[in-house]
Amino acid sequence: MPLDLFNVGDPIADTKAPMDVPIAERWSSRRFRARLVNPANRRKMTVIVVGTGLAGGSAAATLGEAGYKVKSFWYQDSPRRAHSVAAQGGINAAKNYRNDGDSVHRLFYDTVKGGDFRSRENNVHRLAEVSTNIIDQCVAQGVPFAREYGGLLDNRSFGGAQVSRTFYARGQTGQQLLYGAYQALERQIAAGNVEQHARTEMLDLIVVDGRARGIVARDLVTGEISTHFADAVVLATGGYGNVFYLSTNAKGSNTTAIWRAHKRGAYFANPCYTQIHPTCIPVSGDYQSKLTLMSESLRNDGRVWVPKERGDTRDPREIPEDERDYYLERIYPSFGNLVPRDIASRQAKNVCDEGRGVGPNGLGVYLDFADAIQRLGLSAVEAKYGNLFDMYNRITGENAYETPMRIYPAVHYTMGGLWVDYDLQSTIPGMFVIGEANFSDHGANRLGASALMQGLADGYFVLPNTINDYLADGPFEKVDESHPAAAEALQGVQDQVQKLLSINGTRTPASFHRELGKLMWDLCGMERSEESLRKALDRIPEIRQEFWSNVKVSGDWSSFNPTLEHAGRVADFIELAELMCIDALHRAESCGGHFRAESQTPEGEALRDDENFAYVAAWEWTPESAPPVLHREALEYEYVHLAQRSYK
Amino acid sequence: MTLTLRVWRQKDPSVKGGIVTYELADISPDMSFLEMLDVLNEQLILGGDDPVAFDHDCREGICGMCGVMINGQAHGPEQTTTCQLHMRSFKDGDTITIEPWRASAFPVIKDLAVDRRAFDRIIQAGGYISAPTGTAPEAHSVPVPKKDADAAFDAATCIGCGACVAACPNASSMLFTAAKVTHLGLMPQGQPERDDRVVNMVAQQDREGFGGCTNIGECSASCPKGISMETISRLNHDLLGALRAGVRPKS
Ligand SMILES: Cc1cc2nc3c(=O)[nH]c(=O)nc-3n(C[C@H](O)[C@H](O)[C@H](O)COP(=O)(O)OP(=O)(O)OC[C@H]3O[C@@H](n4cnc5c(N)ncnc54)[C@H](O)[C@@H]3O)c2cc1C
Ligand code: FES
Repeated sequence: MPLDLFNVGDPIADTKAPMDVPIAERWSSRRFRARLVNPANRRKMTVIVVGTGLAGGSAAATLGEAGYKVKSFWYQDSPRRAHSVAAQGGINAAKNYRNDGDSVHRLFYDTVKGGDFRSRENNVHRLAEVSTNIIDQCVAQGVPFAREYGGLLDNRSFGGAQVSRTFYARGQTGQQLLYGAYQALERQIAAGNVEQHARTEMLDLIVVDGRARGIVARDLVTGEISTHFADAVVLATGGYGNVFYLSTNAKGSNTTAIWRAHKRGAYFANPCYTQIHPTCIPVSGDYQSKLTLMSESLRNDGRVWVPKERGDTRDPREIPEDERDYYLERIYPSFGNLVPRDIASRQAKNVCDEGRGVGPNGLGVYLDFADAIQRLGLSAVEAKYGNLFDMYNRITGENAYETPMRIYPAVHYTMGGLWVDYDLQSTIPGMFVIGEANFSDHGANRLGASALMQGLADGYFVLPNTINDYLADGPFEKVDESHPAAAEALQGVQDQVQKLLSINGTRTPASFHRELGKLMWDLCGMERSEESLRKALDRIPEIRQEFWSNVKVSGDWSSFNPTLEHAGRVADFIELAELMCIDALHRAESCGGHFRAESQTPEGEALRDDENFAYVAAWEWTPESAPPVLHREALEYEYVHLAQRSYK
Repeated sequence: MTLTLRVWRQKDPSVKGGIVTYELADISPDMSFLEMLDVLNEQLILGGDDPVAFDHDCREGICGMCGVMINGQAHGPEQTTTCQLHMRSFKDGDTITIEPWRASAFPVIKDLAVDRRAFDRIIQAGGYISAPTGTAPEAHSVPVPKKDADAAFDAATCIGCGACVAACPNASSMLFTAAKVTHLGLMPQGQPERDDRVVNMVAQQDREGFGGCTNIGECSASCPKGISMETISRLNHDLLGALRAGVRPKS
């Protein structure tokens, strides 16, 4: 790899997980050894939590309950709008209520394997352990999970697992879990333990004497840019899938908070690991502003197929059974339609590349419920998936009870994120990162229903325990906006805002965002190659340069100005895109969602190179014009044996 | 298609707003309503004008962030959110009037964006079950009859968009409050706080300046999630019971 793209620094390692006890005891051992903060001292300490999704909402509420003074920030009007609200399918937990052989160890094993052996065993094991507490907690809050006639909780299966361990609330699981956390948070706001900052966007991190001590944020209504201080900062700002412009994320989902923290010294791990979800509604036109997911749970009962012949434009209902290719069932007889997402997505791309795709532009495959309707009856299918069929109908104008849905893969989730240790602390002391914003638990591919689990595990159960160990040294010396580090950060943000408003060029932020997204989808998407990535790396700096000389942001800074917000986010996406491509280029293997054309098995499956790449790539920012520095964290597998994934 | 848009423009709460008319061509029927507004805004930005501010985020009908009056109807002609409304619901040559939610408890921030934090304060008054993290018993220790869980879920699907308030001639928030009271009141876990919850949430909505409920039903008819009027009957039933039992709102 040529050194002009990056430099190699010292290896990095987690030092917090207690390795002297077996894996099943590490979490309880860590909790025991972590120092505590007595309740009287907690009241003297402030924690900033940015984000109110499952991770941030649950963390802010729990820290408030524990007696810390919490300052909570989010960019929408209400905490209830965080993008977690959109999660449809469900949340995993190793309850083994089905008596089908599930256990903490099996969830641990499935998650490590599903992540294609690129996650940290210790973190994943803890996640599986804590999963059962999450369900208890949410039920106690009144989350209306789906139930059976006996009054007990219902479960369904999800991709990448052969047991039924997914808890759900019709097709709106994320919404219901989020409202549980939101209500707990509002209760803490009412109790005076949490101070709220609605419609406020974090634009920089304040680091004083090597510790994270606050943030710079802009009030999106008044435009005021100000500093906020604390003894620790928690980032829970979600994923960065919108770097692709079109994704299933909310329009406002961004990388700004974690990217600016990265520029202040937090390492960014595995930025290239992107999850492309197999079941989304295909793109319909250039004006398209986002893509809509059809929950993966549909793959429980829907069958995926394309015509055997290329260019077959008949109405799907007229294509006889023996002229259809149920390609997932054919290639993967034991997992069938329930193979993990990365595999389902890539096979969809393959059949479309062969010219067998369906729909107006040939970029789609069928997801067919005819068999399920015959087997279960229309009303049963309606009860399970009604809201998804309605949503499909609203967007496409088609009735999926009568004709198969058309689906195509879309960017959905980012496994990469800021590097954290077992305590969820980043490389900046005092800055913790939770939820999708960190890199920790999903390796190179996340299994369905595991993000909600991770967000709530981090926020309710992990962070509130581990952060004490750090705060046991607090309260830290008081800082305010007169501190040079704070003044510098504030000035930097003000300068950037002024700059964006003053360029007065000829292209809107959205037009740059669209261009960047298309480039990333084409060159750093479902399949990447050295050639495509080099092309992207040639082009991104040009886009960046044009952006900073030709963007047009109308309006002013001192009022509600969504265009200005968008411009700032696009600027960060452009920088992140470059790091993603460098990461993808340096990882000359395929693993999970990262598929390098040069590294595949004869059957076209992802081919890992464990000898050279069994590590986490943690990137350090260096000032502009100097290349980033790679720090490797070696991944060792004590309990799950490295093997080629097989779902056949 | 070609459209005439009449859009409410208001720079901030301190100034008076008014309708401004724009002509828009080349709109595809497959666009969503917000994508149509995106097209307008791109044109405004390039012309150096301030784009129309409107709230949105998920654009898939679940976050509750979007919401405008379209030709006098909350979220427009279909029973869905503004972001899920598609231009195929309109005809070439139509004139569309777009205004913000109108309610004194939802002050305008700018153009079509309003401040709905009053809803959060209603939740703060009691729209929760007190279950601090770590205190929960095993999930299966309390079975919940399926019909209760399903009915609770139906009420819990409220996305807090505010269409109910905007549609109500009295600008009442009763459907929003009732949805939460119903959701939590149907769950066994919600019983201990049931009386206090309803009394305090209702007191808070009065404090916020929402109007009284006179059972007109526009709220439910315009609710994108189809929250039913039955929730309001439940709320009234619970409220009466609690008041009879001597429960009074916290000051
Ligand atoms: C359509 C869809 C369906 C999904 N379905 C499932 C599923 O069925 N099961 C599953 O397990 N996972 C699912 N996922 C993934 C899962 O929903 C997310 O990974 C998870 O909810 C992320 O939670 P979070 O708390 O980390 O972040 P989010 O919920 O994205 O919250 C981010 C928060 O940060 C705030 N924020 C962001 N940037 C800033 C900033 N700069 N300043 C201030 N505040 C900021 C936002 O206001 C928000 O409050 C789905 C995802 C999508 C997109
Ligand atoms: S933008 Fe989320 S509901 Fe419309």
